[in-house]
Amino acid sequence: MDFAFLSDTMGQLLAVTPVTLELWISCIAIGGVLACFVTWARVSGVPGLTQLAAAYIFVFRGSPLLIQTFLLYYGVSQFAEVRQSFVWPVLRDPFNSVVISLALCTGGYTAEIFRGGLQAVPGREIEAGRAIGMSGFTLFRRIIAPIALRQALPAYSTEVVLMMKATALASLVTVWEVTGVAQRIISHTYRTFEVFICAAIIYLVLNFIVIRLLLHVERRISPHLQGRPNAIHPGAPPEHAAGPIELPEVPR
Amino acid sequence: MTAIPTLSVKDIHKAYAGVEVLRGISLDAQEGDVISILGASGSGKSTFLRCINLLEIPDAGQVTVAGETIAMRPKRGGGQEPASSKQVDRIRTELGMVFQNFNLWSHMTVLQNVVEGPLHVLRRPRAECVAEAEALLEKVGIADKRNFYPAHLSGGQQQRAAIARALAMKPKVMLFDEPTSALDPELVGEVLRVLRALADEGRTMLVVTHEMGFARTVSNRVVFVHQGLVEADGTPEQVFGELKSERFKQFVSGLHA
Repeated sequence: MDFAFLSDTMGQLLAVTPVTLELWISCIAIGGVLACFVTWARVSGVPGLTQLAAAYIFVFRGSPLLIQTFLLYYGVSQFAEVRQSFVWPVLRDPFNSVVISLALCTGGYTAEIFRGGLQAVPGREIEAGRAIGMSGFTLFRRIIAPIALRQALPAYSTEVVLMMKATALASLVTVWEVTGVAQRIISHTYRTFEVFICAAIIYLVLNFIVIRLLLHVERRISPHLQGRPNAIHPGAPPEHAAGPIELPEVPR
Repeated sequence: MTAIPTLSVKDIHKAYAGVEVLRGISLDAQEGDVISILGASGSGKSTFLRCINLLEIPDAGQVTVAGETIAMRPKRGGGQEPASSKQVDRIRTELGMVFQNFNLWSHMTVLQNVVEGPLHVLRRPRAECVAEAEALLEKVGIADKRNFYPAHLSGGQQQRAAIARALAMKPKVMLFDEPTSALDPELVGEVLRVLRALADEGRTMLVVTHEMGFARTVSNRVVFVHQGLVEADGTPEQVFGELKSERFKQFVSGLHA
């Protein structure tokens, strides 16, 4: 084992880890805001808008992210109109370009996750809100959104982890993040195995932290869904049951 | 019958896909009335209750709460719709609804459920809302469960929390939609005791129920609904004792069969 080489490689990769994180945070933030609008359009029921949102989701979920990234960075620049327009200063920069690609894509996926969360809100609880005099934004803010968010969180954490890994695509449009720098080191040293192992460890550690963090949030905001037998059978009175019901851990 | 009725419902009609569920039901409730609404399954009694706070929009008829009539306007394609959703929201705060399946908000604790309406709909000061909510939970006997989530309570406890939630709005009328029908038999008693206590306080209540004992002993008026119409209406003694209605006789004997 060449520990000197490994630690040198690790050092170089860690030095660019902030770039990976910046890519990730930017695309999650922009994609999240985008997803809110797309979800709203998707469930608005406004003729045209709903179909537009569905088409958006289909296009970005249905085509490879790599091709989307190439199209935006390499493809769009072949048009002089784009190069002369106000968007060019943004798009010509590989970092910006890849953030936009990733955000557009995760926006589509996240919109579907949010929609699933909204659909899982029990009609009864919405009705209870109406019966107490809530409507419109208050009903959404106090009842619908909090329940939908809790329903969507497990699926959303998967999406967030996928995006961490998807930032590796940035290396293909010349952004020097972890994967890009790893490939550069390999091209000098031909030690593919050691270098990529180092890179993989960095992604694993980052995702481990993200997963633990989101799990912590989930436990905090949804204590009512944790580990109690009657979380699976709501309303089943434990004190009147014949005995404690032993149920296997719910896979999450 | 001199005072303005606390709740007045006139000639409610409701049809689903051409099937008439309610065919013209009217009902006046005076302050302090406890009215049991009985009827076979499918007779329209729950739909009637839900029409009062417009969770179902009646095709025709009007609802008046303490003298204020909910304004309706004709809807395109037949029927009617509320003219002002603001008015509907406001009237709903005066009608406390208790559902068969409790419908507590699953992401909130019992206390949060009870505080929610006064705090975020009536926009009253938090400290006041919390103090009142705790007093209400004490009254329905689940003060020790205030920080529990609904999923961790028995059905009877959930229903009592739901009653506290409705009471927290200080409604003029309480509407109970089969409040004990989803409960295990041994849990029915604890909810009925709360209902009885509320009746003794002089609250105006409409109770859709299958509990004959409750209808007979607690309510001061019994309304029997059959096929979308009021078939019998009177004091429990009149409706149960004289058994004027042949259909009511069949309904009651059917229950004991």
